[in-house]
Amino acid sequence: MTEEDDHLALEAIEVDLFIEAMLRRYGYDFRDYGRTSLTRRVRNLAQQFGTGTISALTALVLHSPERIGEVIGGLSVPASDFFRDPAIFRALKAHVFPVLASYARITIWQAGCARGEEVYSLAILLKEAGLYEKSRIFATDISETSLASAQEGIFPLSDMRDASRRYFESGGTQSLSAHYHARYERAKLDRGLIDNVTFAEHNLVTDGVFCEAHLILCRNVMIYFNDRLQARVLNLFADTLVRGGFLCVGDRENLRVAGASLFRPVEGAPSVFRLRSPVEPP
Amino acid sequence: MTVIVIGSSAGGPQALHDLLPLLKPGLAAPLIIVSHVGENMGDLLTEGLARTCTLPVRIAAERMPVEPGVVHVAPSGYHLLIEPDRRFAYSVDERIRFSRPSIDVLFVSAAEVYRDELVGVVLSGANADGAEGLRTIRRLGGLALVQDPNEAIVPTMPLAAIEQAGADICAPTAILAAHINSYVRP
Repeated sequence: MTEEDDHLALEAIEVDLFIEAMLRRYGYDFRDYGRTSLTRRVRNLAQQFGTGTISALTALVLHSPERIGEVIGGLSVPASDFFRDPAIFRALKAHVFPVLASYARITIWQAGCARGEEVYSLAILLKEAGLYEKSRIFATDISETSLASAQEGIFPLSDMRDASRRYFESGGTQSLSAHYHARYERAKLDRGLIDNVTFAEHNLVTDGVFCEAHLILCRNVMIYFNDRLQARVLNLFADTLVRGGFLCVGDRENLRVAGASLFRPVEGAPSVFRLRSPVEPP
Repeated sequence: MTVIVIGSSAGGPQALHDLLPLLKPGLAAPLIIVSHVGENMGDLLTEGLARTCTLPVRIAAERMPVEPGVVHVAPSGYHLLIEPDRRFAYSVDERIRFSRPSIDVLFVSAAEVYRDELVGVVLSGANADGAEGLRTIRRLGGLALVQDPNEAIVPTMPLAAIEQAGADICAPTAILAAHINSYVRP
């Protein structure tokens, strides 16, 4: 074994111990996260905290509960973009909104909302479609820091130029600037957009069903999970959705076996799936 | 089994269009390509390359295994990584040096899985992406191939790779292709 191989073997032990510490000290379970991305993020944290080794990071985390927010922030869903993948929003407008419109009250769960780009994007389109007033949106994330930032709704103004193009590609009917106020190179999203949004901490690994939803959006969150955890989360979504409810995932997510038995793709709507009924053949 | 990872950026599609048609159908090694192209252009690049290459060319699909004799292309907008069980994983972590996919992210994760079975190739490009990854590949016993900067349309990336990582072979694409072709089925 070369010195480099030895270093990697040692680091693998350090990552295991870090995961163990997070679980036993704080109850955060990262055991079923994809190993490669998790290792990258833990390395970045060690660098960010200036601890040199991952073992030293683990020691610091164990003894510094006041810094757990930063650690979870560094290990959770990163920032997204407004109207990322406009084709998905167009599909929601064309295939999902008409069904949602038929309900007296609409419940939507944005799982893994990070800093809120997607939840604001969705709220804007719901508003323009006249569906927002009867909607309740639960925006959840594992990171308290992200949730606070999402709730604040302030983004760099420079993000808005590309966002505006994607807004129109997504089927936006007004102008994106109608939904935010620009000041000092920052854009503050219209507070009315979160009137019907409840931000809450929820951990997809350990927490369970908390609402009955017509639509769940969980884009590019499960890409960080191994097959077992992905299957668990898909089952959680299936248990949360009403009969015929919709699930929207990232444009290239592979739902594999677990997904195929629970959900069927919606024709013409990339990344949108519909809950199979219990009697439906897979 | 040898695995080949290729990074390219500005001028890279041209280099890939030169390189891929020279690859032999019996190649046993999987190829994995990160090319910085615009938003949603990964699919177009893949289609273009598929027309010029006798090997199957397709987007590296989330959670699917790295396959021998297949050219896998990273999709636009995602970092592409290799898991220890030799399957593809995606990430939407921050862009690195304005790039997602990042060549370094693929190279480092592949180097840690494949160690001395990995060959890294850096082609034309206008930034330093790939240099750090190539250094990791060499450190873990893999081989570094770099396009001759004189041939590259934009030499910055090959030059950065040579400076930071060094190269086992630095040559025009035709010679790089001949080397890659040595990894045929036994």
